Amino acid sequence: MQDEPTPTELIKAVADFLRNEIAPEIKGHNAFKLRVGINALDLVTRQLALEGDSDGAEAARLKALLGVEGSLLELNRALSDKIASGEVGLQAPGVSEHLWQTTMDKLAVDQPNYASYKRELGTK
Amino acid sequence: MIEAQLGRCVASWFSGATGVTGAAKLSGGASQETWTFDIVHAGGSTGAILRRAPPGHGASPGRAAGLDAEAALMQLAHDAGLPSPRVMHVLRPEDELGIGFIMTRIEGETIARKILRDDAFAKARPMLARQLGGVIAGIHGLPAAKLPKLREMSATKEIADLEREYRSFGRPRPVFELALRWLRERDPGPSKEVTLVHGDFRHGNLIIGPDGVRAVLDWELAHLGDPMEDLGWICVNSWRFGEIDKPVGGFGSREDLFAGYEAAGRRADPARVMFWEVMGTLRWGIMCCGMMQRFRLGPDHSMERAMIGRRSSETEIDLLRLLAPRGG
Repeated sequence: MQDEPTPTELIKAVADFLRNEIAPEIKGHNAFKLRVGINALDLVTRQLALEGDSDGAEAARLKALLGVEGSLLELNRALSDKIASGEVGLQAPGVSEHLWQTTMDKLAVDQPNYASYKRELGTK
Repeated sequence: MIEAQLGRCVASWFSGATGVTGAAKLSGGASQETWTFDIVHAGGSTGAILRRAPPGHGASPGRAAGLDAEAALMQLAHDAGLPSPRVMHVLRPEDELGIGFIMTRIEGETIARKILRDDAFAKARPMLARQLGGVIAGIHGLPAAKLPKLREMSATKEIADLEREYRSFGRPRPVFELALRWLRERDPGPSKEVTLVHGDFRHGNLIIGPDGVRAVLDWELAHLGDPMEDLGWICVNSWRFGEIDKPVGGFGSREDLFAGYEAAGRRADPARVMFWEVMGTLRWGIMCCGMMQRFRLGPDHSMERAMIGRRSSETEIDLLRLLAPRGG
């Protein structure tokens, strides 16, 4: 067992320092790059917090849809192949719901401020 | 150093030029650079832009039209009265500046967030979609006989290109598979009409002033193809910068875009435009995945490139909104 603080706590402390203490001091192109860097750290903390549950639920949905076992990558490959061949489409029960939920879970990590995502959160 | 080279070059064709000042690189990858500078002459100074592949970087990659073709297209657009810089000089070997051209610098804004939010553009925004419809119609109407040699694309070829690139990444994405399947099933086949297509008509490649559009830039992806492609590409949600209810660049409606296009004597086909909007959304998503590949494999190990890789999911939600809308 590794000691504390957790990775999430460490990354958040670094991101907060960069955001609150360093960003106001930096100008020009490096200010832009620093903002991108802080965004990356924030993304990592969101992924660490959310990925376990969303990956578990995604795998469970895929196993139910496809009726097979496998890793998340294998299951996604199997669904992709079936969509590509036309064997599975949006009319198949649960497919649209699965793709929507999976995509919403990705946006919650990647870009929770993306306007399309915020709109869809409200119209669920 | 580049100012001295530019000074020698400019002296050979700009009558009365005494030198060059203020040279600064605006953007540049390994193979293509854009510089701004001022040509000094007795009457004052003239703003200019150099777009070039530096010496040793002659070949244009894959889909690029090539800098000579870009110069020819920009000049054609300018001569036809479309908003465009004037090409002042096409580089020659004796200029020792590489391959490329020098054009007039047009003042204005290309950054989408400023165009969509700043008060300076408040009057321009409501008229932009219609105005751009007219400009796109003008591009599509440029005389075929005068065009430089360009690749010819069709929906079928574009789907195949996108699919090949996506498969080369080796990572399954069910939403992209769904979009590819949707596109293949609705492939309209060869366009009845094949015209010049700008290929990248969107924010970043348009100079906007308080008075509206001032110039169309960057003909790098120009090709021959279905004219509806340009109308679909500018409607892709990725170029709305949060203003998702204004499909044209976050400032206007499809109806205004089509009205401007049709007022210039051409016909818009809304169903086909929608087809190209789906294609364009997928295309940007695959480009984001390509950024991730280049971050991981290539010399450009930058945070920016890495983070663009994480924007491909934005195109997945936009594809689902187009292909599998909920509650509607």
